[in-house]
Amino acid sequence: MAEIVSKEKIAENIYSVQIFTPLIAKKCKPGQFVIIRLDERGERIPLTIADFDRDKGNIRMVFQVVGKTTLQLSRYDVGEDISDVTGPLGNPSEISNYGTVVMVGGGVGAAPVYPIARALKEAGNEVITILGARSKALLIMEEELTSVSDELLISTDDGTKGKKGFVTDVLKELLDSGRRVARVWAIGPAIMMRFVSELTRKYNVPTIVSLNSIMVDGTGMCGACRVEVGGETKFTCVDGPEFDGHKVNFKLLMERLATYKEEEKRALENYRKSIEEEGE
Amino acid sequence: MAGKLQLKKTPMKEQPPEERIKNFNEVPYGYTVEEAIAEANRCLQCSPPPCVKGCPVNVDIPGFIKLIKEKDFRGAINRIKLTNNLPAVCGRVCPQEDQCEKACTLGKIKGGEPVAIGRLERFAADWEAEHGVETPEIIEKKDGKVAIVGAGPAGLTAAADLAKMGHEVTVFEAFHKAGGVLVYGIPEFRLPKSIVEREVENIKKLGVKFEFNRVIGKILTIDELLNEEGFDAVYIATGAGTPRFMNIPGENLIGVYSASELLTRTNLMKAYKFPEYDTPIKVGNKVAVIGGGNVAMDAARTSLRLGAREVHVVYRRSRIEMPARAEEIHHAEEEGIIFDFLTNPTRIIGDENGRVKQMECIKMRLGEPDSSGRRRPIPIEGSEFKMDVDIVVVAIGQSSNKVLLQATPNLKLNKRGYIEADETGKTSIEGVYAGGDIVTGAATVILAMGAGKTAAKAIDEYITNKKKR
Ligand SMILES: Cc1cc2nc3c(=O)[nH]c(=O)nc-3n(C[C@H](O)[C@H](O)[C@H](O)COP(=O)(O)OP(=O)(O)OC[C@H]3O[C@@H](n4cnc5c(N)ncnc54)[C@H](O)[C@@H]3O)c2cc1C
Ligand SMILES: Cc1cc2nc3c(=O)[nH]c(=O)nc-3n(C[C@H](O)[C@H](O)[C@H](O)COP(=O)(O)OP(=O)(O)OC[C@H]3O[C@@H](n4cnc5c(N)ncnc54)[C@H](O)[C@@H]3O)c2cc1C
Ligand code: SF4
Ligand code: SF4
Ligand code: FES
Repeated sequence: MAEIVSKEKIAENIYSVQIFTPLIAKKCKPGQFVIIRLDERGERIPLTIADFDRDKGNIRMVFQVVGKTTLQLSRYDVGEDISDVTGPLGNPSEISNYGTVVMVGGGVGAAPVYPIARALKEAGNEVITILGARSKALLIMEEELTSVSDELLISTDDGTKGKKGFVTDVLKELLDSGRRVARVWAIGPAIMMRFVSELTRKYNVPTIVSLNSIMVDGTGMCGACRVEVGGETKFTCVDGPEFDGHKVNFKLLMERLATYKEEEKRALENYRKSIEEEGE
Repeated sequence: MAGKLQLKKTPMKEQPPEERIKNFNEVPYGYTVEEAIAEANRCLQCSPPPCVKGCPVNVDIPGFIKLIKEKDFRGAINRIKLTNNLPAVCGRVCPQEDQCEKACTLGKIKGGEPVAIGRLERFAADWEAEHGVETPEIIEKKDGKVAIVGAGPAGLTAAADLAKMGHEVTVFEAFHKAGGVLVYGIPEFRLPKSIVEREVENIKKLGVKFEFNRVIGKILTIDELLNEEGFDAVYIATGAGTPRFMNIPGENLIGVYSASELLTRTNLMKAYKFPEYDTPIKVGNKVAVIGGGNVAMDAARTSLRLGAREVHVVYRRSRIEMPARAEEIHHAEEEGIIFDFLTNPTRIIGDENGRVKQMECIKMRLGEPDSSGRRRPIPIEGSEFKMDVDIVVVAIGQSSNKVLLQATPNLKLNKRGYIEADETGKTSIEGVYAGGDIVTGAATVILAMGAGKTAAKAIDEYITNKKKR
């Protein structure tokens, strides 16, 4: 059981919650995630640890409402408990002094970028962050990322803030400018990670992506999270979640993410209906 | 013995196949009091009893059967529990035909069937569940503190035994529920989850503490348990949980499950009750399960109950080499599962959305026996054919889970990647013991329990000696 100690809506459909889990807060490292189960009937879903406060014993998660479980979590109030929280899971990011690193965060992916960027900054890197979203109202973590970045660049699809276009446009400009970039981290929707990887391959810049495959246990016991990296099958939960973006089969990842499309739709509709009935 | 010797087992009533494939309820109903006594009356009370030697935990079989005969059901269950902490489970899932019942004198008589030891054990345990459990008093308090990693049969048994010896025991479990394979692997219709819960409750009553959602190796290391958390000893019972795949093309298509995933979604997460429960599962029309063991039978019978119209078990050898229990194969056949013997998948073919559409297989023939003593399957060239399927379940075995092992580099492993331990469970690290599937590789519930028992004794001795030092 973990109590929700704070909750905030930080953009349209995006929430930030802090939960009290002292042991996880003490042990977790940037790049790791937890698996939560809201209640007895709940599904186990992975969420990245977006921040942690070792003294207070809290971890923070930033999530986007996309289906039943995330919608249900967004309706939890401060003081309520999440039935199960398991973690930290997955391998931590490889933090070292690479030189100049570019952190690309797309959509809700900006949240997991934050602790990694902070650790890289602390390790002595020059950190350039590119933050992207569809629109200004959907930009998150700007303040936090500014505080750990030497430079923060923004792109929005509709041009309401920063450069109009995609994060890849900004990244391309940066790489073309001749800046020596040692490493790129890209976290966000699969399609964004794929385009970033395709771009950086041309420039030969090592690129790390964090994959968000469907999971059940998160400990290597089911194989639901299989992805293909360099032609080999890997389990995202124990072999990842970070992989060499130039080797990932993104097409497969995206297909597999759609496995339960119909079921998810049904679960969400059912849940919406039950909320309405409750409200009456 | 009065009257004529009854050669055959007293039958146990079951849900009829056409009914049971539509639900997840337990298949056999269990003996009534009359049936149990009738069956108990068959026992010859051999001395020495060969059946006891066949049981990995040496249940006093003639002893408890005699008590059933005398209608002292409380006495019977207490007798069983002297050596077996999970009788309701073992009575249901032990491969008795290879163990206790295999050695039974009655089974050796021409035309005779062994005493239904498993069914009687189940009867006694279910009787107790209905009539209330007597929790044994813990006589002597000892000051040992033991951490158990993994709440499967090995861990639960060691925990219960150590608690009974008076030690303070904490079980760390990765999942949100205790039971290991008993809750996420073996299906509800073979082992109702309420029974596992009941057994776990009994263990809690002994004072054992459970910490769920704790993946050891991630949240705490073995070293931290021993040197920071103040445990005198650690027992590792993490099972053989990582599914193997075939490494053939198309294995990552949508609709290809490991048996572990299919069963975990269905059993632990209750996907068969979706959307009442949140976890979804793909229900196939035509399912192919690859493999020939108990896990394959469970996956096939589960698929049928989830709503598949046709379920095939695809196995590369022939029926006699199938490692699954005879009873399970029989149940599967009764339910209409189709067996494709001497058949091996070569690739899985998907549609434009990456979903399984067909599976290509090759026909096999049997050659000379291999190292396991079974005849080796050899592909027949040019015999490839395609079958239309929309779900493929891979049930070709498990290997050791690496999460804890990788975090414990000083723990010695054997060639197969399991933990190296002596017959008491002692590993290469002082104070660290291991047992169950993580030492032997995938085996049985009762062997895991036996390992837990032996280790509990060894841990108790280790702690007693350590405290003297
Ligand atoms: C390692 C990892 C870290 C993640 N971190 C974050 C994060 O920090 N913030 C965030 O908003 N999201 C994160 N996700 C994605 C998040 O887990 C899904 O959005 C969530 O499971 C959706 O659940 P739902 O019931 O609300 O939606 P559903 O309707 O069930 O699903 C919506 C979509 O989410 C994906 N999904 C569904 N079930 C799962 C599952 N069990 N595991 C993984 N993905 C699933 C599928 O692509 C699906 O189409 C992460 C995923 C992974 C694997
Ligand atoms: C589908 C299926 C059907 C079977 N049917 C039968 C049968 O009919 N009869 C029979 O006798 N045997 C059967 N078996 C085999 C039997 O279930 C196993 O041999 C037995 O469960 C092994 O027990 P164990 O305690 O060693 O491990 P497990 O039961 O595997 O339990 C291990 C536990 O450790 C936990 N764990 C793993 N890693 C960690 C970690 N790092 N930290 C904390 N916890 C961790 C796991 O979550 C799990 O709960 C079957 C197996 C399967 C998969
Ligand atoms: S524990 Fe298993 S092997 Fe032993 S007597 Fe009971 S059913 Fe037979
Ligand atoms: S061998 Fe069979 S008949 Fe003899 S004591 Fe054991 S169960 Fe009874
Ligand atoms: S989530 Fe089950 S193996 Fe990765």
